[in-house]
Amino acid sequence: MNLKNFKIDLSNKNKDLIPQVLTVFLLVLVIIYFTINAQDNMGNRGISFGFGFLSQESSFDITFSLIDYDGSDSYARAFLVGLLNTILVSSIGIFFATLLGVTVGIGRLSQNYLIAKAAEWYVEIFRNIPLILQIFFWYFAALRALPLTVDSINFYDISFLNVKGWYVPRFIWTNFSIFFYSIIVAIITIVFFTKYARKQRDEFGKQLPTFYVSFGLIIGLPLLTFLFGGVRLSFEIPELEQLSTTVYVYKGGVSIIPELISLALALSMYTATFIAENVRAGILGVNKGQKEAAASIGLTKGQILKLVVMPQALRIIIPPTTNQYLNLTKNSSLAAAIAYPDIVLVFAGTALMQTGRAIEIISITMLTYLSLSLSISIFMNWYNKKIAIKEK
Amino acid sequence: MKSIKTWILVVLASSLLVACGQGGGGSGSKKSKTLDNTKKAGFVKCGVSQGLPGFSNADESGNWTGIDVDVCRAVAAAVLGDADKVKYTPLSAKERFTALTSGEIDVLARNTTWTLSRDADIGLTFVGVNFYDGQGFMVRKNSGINSVNDFKDGISACTNTGTTTELNMRDFFNSKNIKYEPIAFEKADEVVQAYDAGRCDTYTTDKSGLAAQRTKLSAPDDHKVLPETISKEPLGPVVRQGDSVWEDIVRWSLNTMIEAEEYGVNSSNASGLKDSDNPAIKRLVGSEGELGAAFGLDNEWSLRIIEQVGNYGESYKKHIADTNILPNRGPNELWTKGGILYVPPAR
Repeated sequence: MNLKNFKIDLSNKNKDLIPQVLTVFLLVLVIIYFTINAQDNMGNRGISFGFGFLSQESSFDITFSLIDYDGSDSYARAFLVGLLNTILVSSIGIFFATLLGVTVGIGRLSQNYLIAKAAEWYVEIFRNIPLILQIFFWYFAALRALPLTVDSINFYDISFLNVKGWYVPRFIWTNFSIFFYSIIVAIITIVFFTKYARKQRDEFGKQLPTFYVSFGLIIGLPLLTFLFGGVRLSFEIPELEQLSTTVYVYKGGVSIIPELISLALALSMYTATFIAENVRAGILGVNKGQKEAAASIGLTKGQILKLVVMPQALRIIIPPTTNQYLNLTKNSSLAAAIAYPDIVLVFAGTALMQTGRAIEIISITMLTYLSLSLSISIFMNWYNKKIAIKEK
Repeated sequence: MKSIKTWILVVLASSLLVACGQGGGGSGSKKSKTLDNTKKAGFVKCGVSQGLPGFSNADESGNWTGIDVDVCRAVAAAVLGDADKVKYTPLSAKERFTALTSGEIDVLARNTTWTLSRDADIGLTFVGVNFYDGQGFMVRKNSGINSVNDFKDGISACTNTGTTTELNMRDFFNSKNIKYEPIAFEKADEVVQAYDAGRCDTYTTDKSGLAAQRTKLSAPDDHKVLPETISKEPLGPVVRQGDSVWEDIVRWSLNTMIEAEEYGVNSSNASGLKDSDNPAIKRLVGSEGELGAAFGLDNEWSLRIIEQVGNYGESYKKHIADTNILPNRGPNELWTKGGILYVPPAR
């Protein structure tokens, strides 16, 4: 080895590398220390650690569940009920927040003074009030405003709204699987047809009526199953029953509990304000020259929005909107305040209390939220990449 | 240059973290670490409810009162000589046990039901019972429901999450084969509001809780508590497992209050009874025996409890009876007067 030329290169890379390695090393040490410390303390206080409790009987009931559940099921199943309820309210929230957000965002850019001002006021009011207060407002305002069961608001004798919830007819299907497959087939056909139409347009300059064909397929194919596939649909309509002098309840049908309605409402109203601002920023971010150029080559107004403005605006809209979807999902944990049985109320609340397994349950709950958020992130990143402008 | 500075900072911060961890994470294996720490801190760390009239409730100026609060005050009087040297931590049902096992508080006096699994499973020890309660139901007077036998399929019931109430409710409705809709809120105030708005047909919790919460309804007189009691709810103070000296101090602070009532010793006559003819009374006021030494306390610890906090009867009258929550003592009467309050002799 030529010692003359050998020296430690402290100039650039290595100088940065040493502290980095040491930092990671220290971090690992700290984590190990805290883990051992926690184990020690738990041992000293006579608390055991383990996940065996998950298979024990939960022995508490839950108001609202998407799957069959009662107190004789395990804690693991109670966890699943909570998780599904979290996913349900987040999905509903994301759907309506996007719908409302896009509408309000476009509304803020409207030439119509009234619409633009209304949209602006909406955004300023709802994004500046803490979410938990909005949840309480919608919940208790709704509870106070809605009539008692016996005086329900009646929608054509099939659906009823009262303080205990919104009662809608239950769908009773015969041969549901045929109906379901017909929708799948319709979607697959639409995907292939769209690809074919694009090819036709790119290669031969022929415009096929993609929208009408898709619309026809998704409506028509399932309809055909009713005529020829033996698919039948009937409804179970909720009926009022008297339990005692003044206590009434609707039985049959599906009950949408007020906790779900107000939580979904509050989450969408709140998050929509942020999405609206993203949409506005996205549209404003597209250079005016783009629209003028598109108009000059003879595209219609709809085509300009769809083919020129939106693809460029979406690049700006998607990443911050992903953040809002993540926020909405995490904010749904405020459900516990108004008794909506989400994962925090059911699992990190009741189950934690009954078992006392704080460390295990909180870890599971944190991991669950992490996985939920990462899934949303991964999907949105995939979508973002898909719509990103591909430089050629 | 900048990166080296950051690196030094990181190392310093990490070593600080490790040092903190070392200081905080002790075990309770010494004789009585909790007692030593309490004396050093100068106050008793006590966990209470977030506001339950009669048990633990804060007024506008932040003064806590109630029979649970009096247990904390008794411990402070015994250990520190001043019943006011208590730091109260309001806790939800969900937080209470973690706060205790993690050492954030040293006594939990928060209308907590003594059950086997809580006592044995999660590092806690119940030291006694300061209120014998039972779960009941509240309904609207005009509902036509006069007994739990009038409940039918489809009834909706509001309660608190993270309590034994949730489990008892299921046992009860299952045993009667009634399908019910359980609505469980995290905090009691929301339960009251939801029940008041008509979200649920009945509100179920401990009967003392029902009586206290009824006062918060918009029209308390329109509601009534059904006569049946569906469960045993012995409520009492809790300590961490593993510090038997501290456990004994809390247990005997409570017992002293009950024993004092039994022997007619109260806050106004206690100091005058030092020369009583009854040795049991003399032991209570510290003029006979060396009872405090067993815990590492002086001999006037029990006298201070009686003088500064009062006996159990005084505490009950002040917080539960005079506030009209439960004027009738029921089972919470001394065994000599037909109740079930019975404590081992202090000797």
